[in-house]
Amino acid sequence: MRPTILHHPAPKRSVAPVFWLLFGAGGMLSALFGPALIILTGFMLPHGWGVPANFSDFPHVLAFVRHPIGKLVVLAVIALFFWHGAERLFLTLKDMRAGPPLLLRLMTYGVAALLTLVTIALLLAIGF
Amino acid sequence: MSDATIPSKSIELRVLRYRPASDREPVLVSYRVAYSDDMSVLQALQSIKDTQDGSLSFRWSCRMAVCGSCGMMINGEPKLACNTFVRDLAPDAVIIEPLQNFPIERDLVVTVGDFVKKIESIYPYIIPKVAKPVEDGAHLQTPAQMAAYESFSDCINCMLCYAACPQFGANPDFIGPGAMALLQRYNGDSRDGGRQFRLDQIHGEDGVWACTAVGICSEVCPKQVDPANAVNQNKTNSALDFFLHYVQPRSQP
Ligand code: SF4
Ligand code: FES
Repeated sequence: MRPTILHHPAPKRSVAPVFWLLFGAGGMLSALFGPALIILTGFMLPHGWGVPANFSDFPHVLAFVRHPIGKLVVLAVIALFFWHGAERLFLTLKDMRAGPPLLLRLMTYGVAALLTLVTIALLLAIGF
Repeated sequence: MSDATIPSKSIELRVLRYRPASDREPVLVSYRVAYSDDMSVLQALQSIKDTQDGSLSFRWSCRMAVCGSCGMMINGEPKLACNTFVRDLAPDAVIIEPLQNFPIERDLVVTVGDFVKKIESIYPYIIPKVAKPVEDGAHLQTPAQMAAYESFSDCINCMLCYAACPQFGANPDFIGPGAMALLQRYNGDSRDGGRQFRLDQIHGEDGVWACTAVGICSEVCPKQVDPANAVNQNKTNSALDFFLHYVQPRSQP
């Protein structure tokens, strides 16, 4: 027999967890791989430092992004980084009361969503 | 008296006063108080009340950082007056105001009704997982099971975290850090079966998701409860629950 519990009506569920999880995933990825990617793509690859010859040649890179796993990796680092930045910017702008929440959402989540779609489209256009 | 503890120093306290019957708005009133090294801000206020102005109103009870009644802004920071010493603030004048983000009822007394409702909304008691008649003895718990929630049970409902939280300041409906700490105190308890009831209370825009991870709640907490940690854990719990509720529809409790 359970004691009688006075129940409180539950409030309406927020969709925030979706954006929060994208934010969390992007934050984790960017913390783990962001600096390495900057060093790799910004310095090592262009100068050929410490990487095998022809490592970043066009055919190599093309082969990488044509492979399904390569596509997923590229999509993850581009899209999730943007979702991470979008959530952080959204919360900051909201705290600063920079505008109506809907507009702020469009400016942040909207940009991340658009860039995600563009990335997917480009990755598909490159072919398999 | 030739007692060595006779106060030899004095300090100016500027206290924000609001007497609804006569004041149009809150005003700072200056008092000078003699103090000794062991005098708390609460004792300084009591000395004003006893010897200078009996109408000065403030809440207190335990005088030892246990009851949570004496929270106020001391030089702009939320503090327990009984736990803050005049000697650490001297020689400059000290500004004492009611807890920020709450409506002032009178002088340093703020309205706590909404806070109490929030506490009530998260079922602040154990809802036993399995019914157990008294004859069957106590619900047992290992030290590790107790450690999972014990620090959250140290909350004294002083509301200092609410006074510090900019999200609560912006949205008074935000459930806030203290209530989340209390929620975690029960959801983390191995004897409790009310987890889902509580998660259902915090999944809205004014629930756990109104937090933007500022973290100042844990900095000002006088009992090291770490309410920010409770909020973070429950973002994860509430996010999982968000997806689970699609796949496991539950009957309303
Ligand atoms: S969590 Fe800390 S600051 Fe907040 S009400 Fe509890 S004891 Fe006070
Ligand atoms: S009087 Fe009880 S906490 Fe200060």
